[in-house]
Amino acid sequence: MEFVHDVVIVGSGLAGLRAALEIPATTNVALISKVFPTRSHSGAAQGGISAALGNEEPDSWEWHMYDTVKGGDYLTDQDAAETLAKDAERAVYELEHMGAPFNRTPDGKIAQRAFGGHTRNFGEGPVKRACYASDRTGRVILDTLYGKAVEKAVQVFSEFSIVDLIIDNGKINGLVAYELATGELHTFRSKAVLIATGGFGGVYKTNSNCFSNTGDGVYLSYRAGVPLEDMEFVQFHPTGIHGLGVLISEATRGEGGILKNNSGQRFMELYAPSLKDLAPRDVVSRAIWTEIRQGRGINGDDYVNLDLTHIGAEKIAEKLSDIASFSKIYLGVDVVKEPIAVTPTCHYMMGGIPTDLDGRVLDRHNKPVAGLYAAGEAACVSVHGANRLGTNSLLDLVVFGRRAGKMIAKELPDLSLTENTGSLENSTRQRLEALLSRQSGERPFSIRNDLQIMMMEKCSVFRNAQDMKRGLSELESIKQRYENVFLENRSPRYNTDLTEVLELECLIGLAETILKSAISREESRGAHYREDFPERDDKNWLKHTMIVKNSTGSEIFYKPVNIFRFQPKARTY
Amino acid sequence: MELKFRIFRYDPQIDSQPYYREYSIEAKGTERVLDCLNRIKWTQDGSLSYRMSCAHGVCGSDAMRINGKCALACQKLVKDFDTNEIIVEPLPSFKPLKDLIVDMTPFFDRVAEIRPYLLASDAPEKERLQSPEDRKKMDLAIRCILCACCSASCPVVNENDEFKGPAPLVQAFRRIFDSRDEQKHERMVQLDNPSGVWGCVNHFECTRACPKEIPVTKCINLIKAEIKKTL
Ligand SMILES: Cc1cc2nc3c(=O)[nH]c(=O)nc-3n(C[C@H](O)[C@H](O)[C@H](O)COP(=O)(O)OP(=O)(O)OC[C@H]3O[C@@H](n4cnc5c(N)ncnc54)[C@H](O)[C@@H]3O)c2cc1C
Ligand code: SF4
Ligand code: SF4
Ligand code: FES
Repeated sequence: MEFVHDVVIVGSGLAGLRAALEIPATTNVALISKVFPTRSHSGAAQGGISAALGNEEPDSWEWHMYDTVKGGDYLTDQDAAETLAKDAERAVYELEHMGAPFNRTPDGKIAQRAFGGHTRNFGEGPVKRACYASDRTGRVILDTLYGKAVEKAVQVFSEFSIVDLIIDNGKINGLVAYELATGELHTFRSKAVLIATGGFGGVYKTNSNCFSNTGDGVYLSYRAGVPLEDMEFVQFHPTGIHGLGVLISEATRGEGGILKNNSGQRFMELYAPSLKDLAPRDVVSRAIWTEIRQGRGINGDDYVNLDLTHIGAEKIAEKLSDIASFSKIYLGVDVVKEPIAVTPTCHYMMGGIPTDLDGRVLDRHNKPVAGLYAAGEAACVSVHGANRLGTNSLLDLVVFGRRAGKMIAKELPDLSLTENTGSLENSTRQRLEALLSRQSGERPFSIRNDLQIMMMEKCSVFRNAQDMKRGLSELESIKQRYENVFLENRSPRYNTDLTEVLELECLIGLAETILKSAISREESRGAHYREDFPERDDKNWLKHTMIVKNSTGSEIFYKPVNIFRFQPKARTY
Repeated sequence: MELKFRIFRYDPQIDSQPYYREYSIEAKGTERVLDCLNRIKWTQDGSLSYRMSCAHGVCGSDAMRINGKCALACQKLVKDFDTNEIIVEPLPSFKPLKDLIVDMTPFFDRVAEIRPYLLASDAPEKERLQSPEDRKKMDLAIRCILCACCSASCPVVNENDEFKGPAPLVQAFRRIFDSRDEQKHERMVQLDNPSGVWGCVNHFECTRACPKEIPVTKCINLIKAEIKKTL
């Protein structure tokens, strides 16, 4: 079928929903999502959303801006960090006005707690800046924005997956979506498209992301010729449940939790003497892996302990109840009495589709692609630089999601619908037919599994040229295997086998951009740590990595970092 | 250990009737039922359909009936069952669309009817104030992930199409007891009838099924008490 809309928003996490709310009700908007809106992965966010409200202790947006820049190891664009920190208060009050049920201080204000890398007075010590609703902050904000979308009667196409983006002559024409319920391909023609498809932790074996986080929007943009920015910066969160990767929020350490090695030592004191367990994630993840590699994991195994036993049952029930329940269900551990076995887990992608401060997607020449916008984890503004601070993502989603929505509304009168140039879905249809008629081959699962293991081994917390180059050649064989991927399920209805095959193409393509960007950056910065180049090198590498497709594969180029206030300094905590 | 799965299979466009297919797999006691389903799907039978996403009980996608009880497949471990045979079926009372996938549209429509958003007029410049005690009244209800385990387990929902069901009532509870909401009265009027709170006859099946440990029946009873007191 062909659908025609003024605006198509792809993704119904916080970024997509917040943008949708900004577009006037008179505009014909479609919200497309692979999963029902409240199933989006924004709902998994636990710890909080940052804003220098100063409800618990003095705070200022300038300190927040500084922390964001320093946390990003100075790769953060400072105009973006300024926008984020300055707009944070308004954004959080707005969520409260919409009904988000934040925890409260005794005098009835929004309660706040400490989080990694957030400090008072430009780095002096931790500050309580994370606004939270127990440890289900993302979920309640998602429910709040979803409720608003219901109130506004936004038209939702649920369980529709986009499979192709059509960009011609520097302008978006529309996209192709696969309807899970019927197996039909649909063309959506529109003046504007917003990509808000979230992250792609699924590239890695151990990750805290949901199964549907496969970076489709990011990969499809890349395939259509849009460059990707800073893809080498992959955040490993220090505390995933050992063996599962399920996240144990940093809020546990914000509330006083302590990491311990096999001799019960609080090892973070050695790695970050001033912030200790509340140092930023890249620092803590490397520290954990160093402990494990040097034989100080628990029982010599590949995990350390996160100890909450001194926090007390009451505070845990009030502020960390989901964490307590995950630990009980999956590990059989009562966190009031026993420590949690944790190991770093792939969590967040700092890189993505390059945009300006208003969500406009930027092309090879740093010019907006007419009608194409991106927001949320799929985008790279770049507000998180080389390492995102906890609680800054939820804020990014509502701040930049809103700005993108506003810009779409503003630019819409000047955008036109491309004349119907025939069906946009032909090439996708042919690909699907070829796939469905293949009589033998390899199941997608084993290919995906090998890809994820390769990326864990060759390009995770510690990296070096030799391993990554091996990884790239393994990837070549994975790509060849994918050419021969086999689908035994040919049903047109709810064929999740088919969607998994399509998602696998995205994961493979994104893994390649991560590897290539990581190989090219010969320094260590934030989450990108090179054993063969252990120092940060501002002289040569204080710049954004851009990767774009070309006729021979891909090429890398660079973009300057916006620095106007905080000059790079050694990053110690 | 070796496990036997008996899984409900049905494609209403092809099959005249549902049937069960058996699979045997190796699984550890600490694995999730969802891990088992994935293993079956990925290595034995790609044609099996079910919904899932977060895999740790926050998105609400994978509610189904496991050995007779409605639950999230990602929250039940193999060792939670004292048998080697696990029977997996779609949520009861919901229309099956394919295998374990059911039609959730009527459920979400019911939720939408209760107006799941704050109804309040002018907002102050900063946050609206709310005491920790008032906030606490909502604390358990905001855990709801709209998985529908409760509604699917409710005997009244099963018999009476008009009854709103426990999940929408939990959503209503959350708003009625939100000190910031200004349409508490209208919300209660909406529920003061047999398809609203008075349809509930206290079976507690919903409370037993809720994977987020929300005291669902208690929430409904608190609305009933509030209606009696104020309407
Ligand atoms: C476990 C966990 C805890 C976290 N905790 C915090 C926290 O406390 N604070 C914080 O600031 N950040 C946190 N984060 C990070 C933050 O939650 C995410 O970065 C953020 O939610 C991403 O939001 P989004 O709107 O960009 O995308 P998502 O919420 O991931 O939504 C993506 C949307 O895109 C849709 N989609 C994807 N592909 C397609 C396709 N092909 N076709 C159609 N639709 C598609 C999906 O259906 C979904 O609706 C956490 C992340 C995780 C994983
Ligand atoms: S307590 Fe009420 S809502 Fe819950 S199962 Fe029983 S009748 Fe249904
Ligand atoms: S009340 Fe419990 S069982 Fe019912 S929808 Fe909400 S989380 Fe699911
Ligand atoms: S998969 Fe999300 S609740 Fe089970």
